[in-house]
Amino acid sequence: MNPFEYRRAMDATAAVALVTEHPGAAFLAGGTNLVDHLKLGVARPDLLVDVSRLPLDTISSLPDGRVRVGAAVRNSDLAADPLIRRRYPMLSAALLAGASGQLRNLATTGGNLLQRTRCVYFQDVTTPCNKREPGSGCSALEGYNRGHAILGASEQCVAVHPSDLAVALTALEAEVQVLGPAGERTIPIGELYRLPGDAPERDTVLSHGDLITAVDLPELPMAACSAYRKVRDRASYAFALVSVAAAVDVADGVIRDVRIAFGGVAHRPWRATRAEQLLRGEPATETAFAAAAHAELAPARPLAHNAFKVPLAASTLVATLRGLTEEGR
Amino acid sequence: MTTELVTVDLLHFHAIGVPLERADGTIKVTGRAPYAFEHPVTEPVYLHPVQATVARGRVTGADTAAARALPGVIAVLTHENAPRMVSGDDPELWVLQSTEIAFRGQFVGAVLAETLEVARHAADLVRMEYENLPHDAELDPRRDDLYAPDVLNAGYPTDTAEGDVDAAPAAVTIDRTYRTPMEHNNPMEPHAVIALWAEPGELLLYDSSQGVHRVRGALATAFGLDPGRVRVVSPYVGGGFGSKGSAHAHHALAVLAAQAVPGRPVKFALTRQQMFSQVGYRTPTVQHVRLSATADGRLTAISHEVVEQTARLKEFAEQTAVCSRMMYTAPNRRTSHRLARLDVPVPAWMRAPGEAPGMFAAEVAMDELAVACGLDPIELRARNEPGTDPVTGRPWSGGRHLVECLREGARRFGWDPRDPTPGVRRDGEWLVGTGVAASTYPRHLLPGNRATVRYTPDGRYSVLIGAVDIGTGTWTTLAQIAADALEVPVGAVALEIGDSDLPQASVAGGSSGMSSWGSAVVAAARAFRARYGEGPPVGAEASAEAPAEPGGDFAADSFGAQFAEVRVNADTGEVRVPRMLGVFSAGKIINPRTARSQFIGGMIMGLSAALHEESVLDPRFGHVVNHDFADYHIAACADVVDIDAAWLEEVDPHANPMGSRGIGEIGIVGAPAAIANAVHHATGIRVRDLPITPDRLLTHGLL
Repeated sequence: MNPFEYRRAMDATAAVALVTEHPGAAFLAGGTNLVDHLKLGVARPDLLVDVSRLPLDTISSLPDGRVRVGAAVRNSDLAADPLIRRRYPMLSAALLAGASGQLRNLATTGGNLLQRTRCVYFQDVTTPCNKREPGSGCSALEGYNRGHAILGASEQCVAVHPSDLAVALTALEAEVQVLGPAGERTIPIGELYRLPGDAPERDTVLSHGDLITAVDLPELPMAACSAYRKVRDRASYAFALVSVAAAVDVADGVIRDVRIAFGGVAHRPWRATRAEQLLRGEPATETAFAAAAHAELAPARPLAHNAFKVPLAASTLVATLRGLTEEGR
Repeated sequence: MTTELVTVDLLHFHAIGVPLERADGTIKVTGRAPYAFEHPVTEPVYLHPVQATVARGRVTGADTAAARALPGVIAVLTHENAPRMVSGDDPELWVLQSTEIAFRGQFVGAVLAETLEVARHAADLVRMEYENLPHDAELDPRRDDLYAPDVLNAGYPTDTAEGDVDAAPAAVTIDRTYRTPMEHNNPMEPHAVIALWAEPGELLLYDSSQGVHRVRGALATAFGLDPGRVRVVSPYVGGGFGSKGSAHAHHALAVLAAQAVPGRPVKFALTRQQMFSQVGYRTPTVQHVRLSATADGRLTAISHEVVEQTARLKEFAEQTAVCSRMMYTAPNRRTSHRLARLDVPVPAWMRAPGEAPGMFAAEVAMDELAVACGLDPIELRARNEPGTDPVTGRPWSGGRHLVECLREGARRFGWDPRDPTPGVRRDGEWLVGTGVAASTYPRHLLPGNRATVRYTPDGRYSVLIGAVDIGTGTWTTLAQIAADALEVPVGAVALEIGDSDLPQASVAGGSSGMSSWGSAVVAAARAFRARYGEGPPVGAEASAEAPAEPGGDFAADSFGAQFAEVRVNADTGEVRVPRMLGVFSAGKIINPRTARSQFIGGMIMGLSAALHEESVLDPRFGHVVNHDFADYHIAACADVVDIDAAWLEEVDPHANPMGSRGIGEIGIVGAPAAIANAVHHATGIRVRDLPITPDRLLTHGLL
């Protein structure tokens, strides 16, 4: 545990400037992940810039039908928001499937997206980890990898992204508003997260000093028929073995449109584009769901302890789509 | 053979049996009960340890300069400068006395600082150098260096054999291997201590302990101190489950630190991560069970052979197969225990050592036998009920009421009518099943208990004994016993416990507390009344020791029946337990309210073992890698739905003056088997490895 300086930011631009000019600085929001890392020695910032009280804590409807969620909106507030619950039920369900009530009261929207993997080796500074210490090796590859990636991993890193919220946002094609040293920009969430490749230390495309200020949800009527199904080792307070965020638009028994993302299977939320393509225009049947799931998971490369995730992801997707389409009838 | 059954002089029950609320409930929920770390002390020093990052080897160098240079650091201790201890009889306590490293995580240094944060930062700055030797941390039952320990925990013999198991007639045979994982006790309150050393040789410890005299004795021996000048104070304890039953390395480290800063209290609370290497755990087990039976389900042979691990540093031999020596009648029987000696942290007591893992294997095997014989599992057990204890040939003290527990449980649970066909009940996406298993736990009565009764000016009776309340309810229940022994209302009793300056008491372990301490309290109360009658003068005082074994020549065990309903998600393999019921025969229940908490607490821990708990030791490194509550799963509130416990109304006339046998551990025993059996009934999949996580069901063919 290193000593650090603490400053509370009063506006976003100043916060970005402060972090940008300090190579060892980090943003602090809810702190539910970063504070653990401070204690464990996983993160050793010398300056914490607290952005949790910036005026980014509102949920608002934009004129074009989109919904803007401020980065400092707490997970519990976002989950409970009537607009969110009505228009994007999968988002509310994903949040409520995460962590515990106490953690959700602290954790913010922006912080949730930037939380880091819970790979046990990443969190244990006495073991090698390429994500924590590039070049030191991946302990999970030949170690305890039951919770690790089956898709998109590399020899350098097999970690999974732990966020539930990010999975739902990926299915929704949310856009992330970022304020950086060079000003504002918009990043589609599908482009925010990286696969590990040979630089697993980088979870996202963000650079030092970039601050997420908001997440924009598209106007997506089909999202009203959506669900988030999280499979985990106990009934609450556990990270996903596999999760599925799905929205579906069915008319006359035929799938007009569908959105699917998996959690717990890769270094980033896994948008199931292949499955979506196969399902569009198909009858909403269990056979079609299963064929799409298997096509999406065909490239899966399981590790020693996580082969079960392949059939689990498939059957969880089938069950989720079954539930959504049965409701629709 | 003649058996002599001595009936003890039972108390007249007035306070005993009443569901009194916890005497310490209000101060606990309002935060006023001081736990170990919270005792107010002045100018404390904070300790943070340095832990070995190799699993076997030697310390070859310690660079502490950067740590010592940090403002606020008072001292950095390593083997080079730590005070010397006197006795290494308990190798676990032999801390910073040599360069040897026997397991990863072993304490190799300690920083003392003015604040906790500085201590932790400075500990990061200490650079230890090691000679790294090859280590061996993987339990594999095929190893060729397994050995038979001289004796098992609690003094049981390592192996037993009667008749010829291999030649026993068998129309039906179950021959299976079962596995239970390494599990950690994980009490909510971490192990914590405040140690104060006063020259020339006086030690005060505020501790979180299951046995203040046990810790006092261990530290007095290790440091060569007069036990009379060591005081261990532990009034409130946030759980222990066995892990606080003995002195561990953190005690020794705190005392070494206290000796380095005489006159200043040293505060040391383990982090959750540190608890995974310092304070014991349940060994993983590999259990080969073979049951032979006639076609109508009468056992002809029982074989229960166990492979488990111990530590190179110190032996602990879990008595896993002991339950199979006495549960059922069978003319041919064999039990054995073999250990692998590994470079791992030292295993130790965890709630129902032996019975908890052993009865998982034994009672799942019985369920498999019931299925193979086409018998209801309750009927199978009833057919194999021994008349007397198969180990000693003696009758059971208070009788053996297993079948009554099973039948009463069946009635309450709605067991009948039950279609035994597995995998046929479905509620939407959920497969539904029910399961049953037997439970047992021995009655232990520990020696070395003494109590004092004193009449005080306010017209009350002080009752003094160095017992502890680890969350079980001792503050309440021991006062109830004292009240009945003195024949006064509970309000007239002022109980004093949790301090080694009080009369000698045994550890809160082996479900022995109420029996052992209660017997001493009754003896002291009776001595007091014998000397002073009903109208004692103020200051009147009497002390007495508990008699050794009051009840004579009998077997002493409690029994129970565990029932579970499970739902298994057919799409995902998730297991939910909507309903559990335990019915127990444990002698007189001192306080139904606290007893129910103990029973269902044990059952919840059994549920947790069945579905969640597993310490994952990475053999490449030698330490448990899922060493926090995010990754080491225990049952969450959402996993615990409808759990109930009931008991037979009985009094054991041979056990002790309370007629009780102890209830701290029996609740966990058999619960995992009941759940595993219910999972089989729901799905047709027999999971023989705990915990029953979704992947185990998926890889066994659920999908």
